[in-house]
Amino acid sequence: MSEVRIPPVLRSATSGAKLVDAGGSTVREVIESLVGTYPALAPTLLDGDGGINHFVNVFLNGTDVRHLDGLETPVGERDSLVLLPAMAGGS
Amino acid sequence: MTTELIQAPRGAGAPAAGAPAERRRVVGLACRNCGRPEPLGPAYVCPACLGPLEVAYDRDLVRATASREAIEARPAGLWRYLEFLPLDTPPARGLAVGSSPLVAADRRGRALGVERLWVKDDTRNPSLSFKDRAVAIAAATASEFGIDTLACASTGNLAGATAAAAAALGIPAYVFIPADLEPAKVDHALAYGATVVPIEGTYDDVNRLCLEVVDETGWGFVNVNLRPFYAEGSKTLAFEVAEGLGWRSPDVIVAPIASGALFTKVARGFAELADAGLIERRPIRFVGAQPAGCAPVATAWASGATVVEPVRAPDTFVRSLAIGNPADGRYALEVARSSGGSIESIDDTRTAAAIRELAALEGIFAETAGGVTIGAVEAARRRGVIRDGDEVVALVTGNGLKTPDARLLGIDPAAPARAGQPGLAPPIPPRLAAFEAWLEGASS
Repeated sequence: MSEVRIPPVLRSATSGAKLVDAGGSTVREVIESLVGTYPALAPTLLDGDGGINHFVNVFLNGTDVRHLDGLETPVGERDSLVLLPAMAGGS
Repeated sequence: MTTELIQAPRGAGAPAAGAPAERRRVVGLACRNCGRPEPLGPAYVCPACLGPLEVAYDRDLVRATASREAIEARPAGLWRYLEFLPLDTPPARGLAVGSSPLVAADRRGRALGVERLWVKDDTRNPSLSFKDRAVAIAAATASEFGIDTLACASTGNLAGATAAAAAALGIPAYVFIPADLEPAKVDHALAYGATVVPIEGTYDDVNRLCLEVVDETGWGFVNVNLRPFYAEGSKTLAFEVAEGLGWRSPDVIVAPIASGALFTKVARGFAELADAGLIERRPIRFVGAQPAGCAPVATAWASGATVVEPVRAPDTFVRSLAIGNPADGRYALEVARSSGGSIESIDDTRTAAAIRELAALEGIFAETAGGVTIGAVEAARRRGVIRDGDEVVALVTGNGLKTPDARLLGIDPAAPARAGQPGLAPPIPPRLAAFEAWLEGASS
């Protein structure tokens, strides 16, 4: 199981949990597992085409998965995923 | 830098004649993506779609209360545009921000083939960059929310602006920066008494960390949980340009793009003035400027893409624009495309030359982002986005003293200048004969 950090804006869908465990060997599988456990995440976390809402950035051990293999990036048992809103920072 | 008691604009904050006493211009927040309303507070993301929250105004009330005459009667500074800003009244205390000069850059313009070029010289704000505008709004809002610590994720200019604003308010500041930031920017923030936290990584790494930190600390991160208010500050550049031109808009605006927030909010500022009837609504082409070593929005614009792909490892000396994952990138693309503008990518060599040329021809010493912006004027002129006879305003948003390394500007200290040449002369003994020998050497 990988550890997934949930941002505050989504915690109402995880009963307030900040850190949750989810199974899967790729980022896509972990997200699917997460949504399976917490269905209320689906409308916010997923887009209509089987992808991730473009207002969410997914980080695997601190690296944006878009710099890796995106949703097909392999995930290990000890890996940590962080979900964060995309709209922050900058000038 | 000046800390001052701010004089409240006359008539500002008062309800319109005939309006209900409780009616307020700022009605809350709203999602830019889905339109969902949210209550006013330190929040930046829509709980329904995770889109960006923005300040929502009572536009009818803004239209009823804003006037050129009222604005012109007020003291200098960004609070003169209060009807368009997210506070009912100006803060009691803060820095003297805004009302920077709009300079007719005739010599630089002629050299670029632009007959009417203006430079909005925002190098002159209290902490020497336009970031003072955004932070002024964020800091004032933080005070209203009872937040007692300011913080930011910074590429450098925001560090100084946040630290200065916190100093003026007498509250602590934590500024998070990439560990390899230019020393002048670090020293600047330290001088104001901020706690500077260097992070081993890129700006995007810093930003990601701050998104997690904000959840745990409750601090007011000006460009995270105060971002809806912070971003409003950039509109004041548009207001000042319009007022400076005699209450009209130019044909072209050229502005740097890091996150894209400045670029989109300047466009919004002109639109709001037109909505309120303060300027005539006419087309403006918006030209964005990015360094070639970190140009995710320019790359998307050039390829026709609608998605901005992040740059993992920015490679440019323009540190203030080195954001590989620009939050407002898609919106900046929309502004450039819908306006008939462009987004130009400028290499560092050209940027260095543009800094030197602006300084030598107009007496304005710009930070590296300013060099990118002037480089973009030239590129957009060459591309035909800037046309014959256009009136162009370039937003120069930071002071060159923040990035003073002469080697980056193409001046080689190891090749001493001769008299009559630009450059650094060799050390000369304090004797007239020695000076004359050097002077004569120049003409021999």
